[in-house]
Amino acid sequence: MNKTDALIIGAGPTGLFTAHQLKLIGLNCEIVDNLDKIGGQCIELYPDKPIYDIPAVPECTGEELTNNLINQIKPFDIKIHLSERVDEVKKEGNNWIVKTNNDKKFSTPNVIIAGGVGSFEPRKFPVKECEKFENNSLFYSIRDKKIFEGKTVSIFGGGDSALDWAVELSKNSKVNLVHRRDDFRGAQATVDKVNELAKEGKINLYTKYQMSSIEGDDHVKSIDIKNDNNETKNLKTDYVLGFFGLIMQLGPIANWGLNIDKKTIEVDTEKFETNQKGIYAVGDICNYPGKLKLILSGFHEGALAARACFKLARPNEKYRFEFTTSSKTIKERLGVKGD
Amino acid sequence: MAKITFITHDNKNHTVDVQNGLTVMEGAVQNDIPGIDADCGGGMACATCHVYVKDDWFDKLPAKEDGEEDMLDMAFEPKKNSRLSCQIIVSDDLDGLEVNIPSKQS
Repeated sequence: MNKTDALIIGAGPTGLFTAHQLKLIGLNCEIVDNLDKIGGQCIELYPDKPIYDIPAVPECTGEELTNNLINQIKPFDIKIHLSERVDEVKKEGNNWIVKTNNDKKFSTPNVIIAGGVGSFEPRKFPVKECEKFENNSLFYSIRDKKIFEGKTVSIFGGGDSALDWAVELSKNSKVNLVHRRDDFRGAQATVDKVNELAKEGKINLYTKYQMSSIEGDDHVKSIDIKNDNNETKNLKTDYVLGFFGLIMQLGPIANWGLNIDKKTIEVDTEKFETNQKGIYAVGDICNYPGKLKLILSGFHEGALAARACFKLARPNEKYRFEFTTSSKTIKERLGVKGD
Repeated sequence: MAKITFITHDNKNHTVDVQNGLTVMEGAVQNDIPGIDADCGGGMACATCHVYVKDDWFDKLPAKEDGEEDMLDMAFEPKKNSRLSCQIIVSDDLDGLEVNIPSKQS
């Protein structure tokens, strides 16, 4: 069991800055995120896209913003638990017991949900029967590429993941690459490589096709793919891989007894507390009159939620507001020299 | 102002007035039209405001900008007439626009 003053769910910009604010006022915190990397939507959805509305930063990319925030919390040595999805939040005495999908447990008086629009999950095939084969012969990510050796693999998608795996698996497997249009959005060098391999007959390329049905018993045997003109092809295949990017799903948050409206959590604007005492929501996932889904709003919300955490984490102490420019205590926490 | 009709997957018509300058997505969200999730809030980063534009309207709309087609790769059951509703800006010219909402956004 990990004990902490506050547990932050979500390692996006809001979660990272909230951690900074907690540590600055002398509270401990840990962060949990379902992704395998830090940065949330910034890193998953738009790492290369410039952002123009971060105060005092005229222009930065999602990746740069994330790296700057990581640098900003570096003095504090905060534990970040990646690839862990929080599944359960339960009250026990004065504390919340938080459990992840990998059975990591936390005990804390304060839970701050900075979960964006929920956790990122792979986008799936529209064909319903695909569920039957999921994690057996149909995958949305690859753990062990050896299982594909000598087999026929049908890969769907037009981005870097689909193209990279098509190139990689074509070395030892028979690869079909299926994409809904002629253009690919992957890196040009990889697109060129795929076209070259297709010319050499090492990748069978089917563009303007999408999956229309899937057949098999325990294991996939074949798939039908259809184009816009309703022409269908049947492909025998041992494995199917889908790379359609990630989508945000509210997921287990819906079961924690919070007031949820249109995938967002209602909070007050003093503490950013939900209807459950000691559970706060900040950033894109919170909702209140006038809410703006901007990163800068998340920073403000996190700063206030952090102050609210103080009361529950240090019930016998009084919180005193201090500036970073003048407070000796804060400078010590940051590990910088005073004047 | 334009009258826009959203046809949900269960074939129900929802006709609403949307102010010029808003996006079709915003028109749907403000009027509580079911089936438009718009998770990213109009940033062309999620493909959950996906609609099918009626064929006679599809060619009349301003063409897709870079990036929209890329996002449509990730949409649920994209078709030839697929668009992201957050990228269609409402004007008087769009009066009478009809769009179908897919069965799911993800």
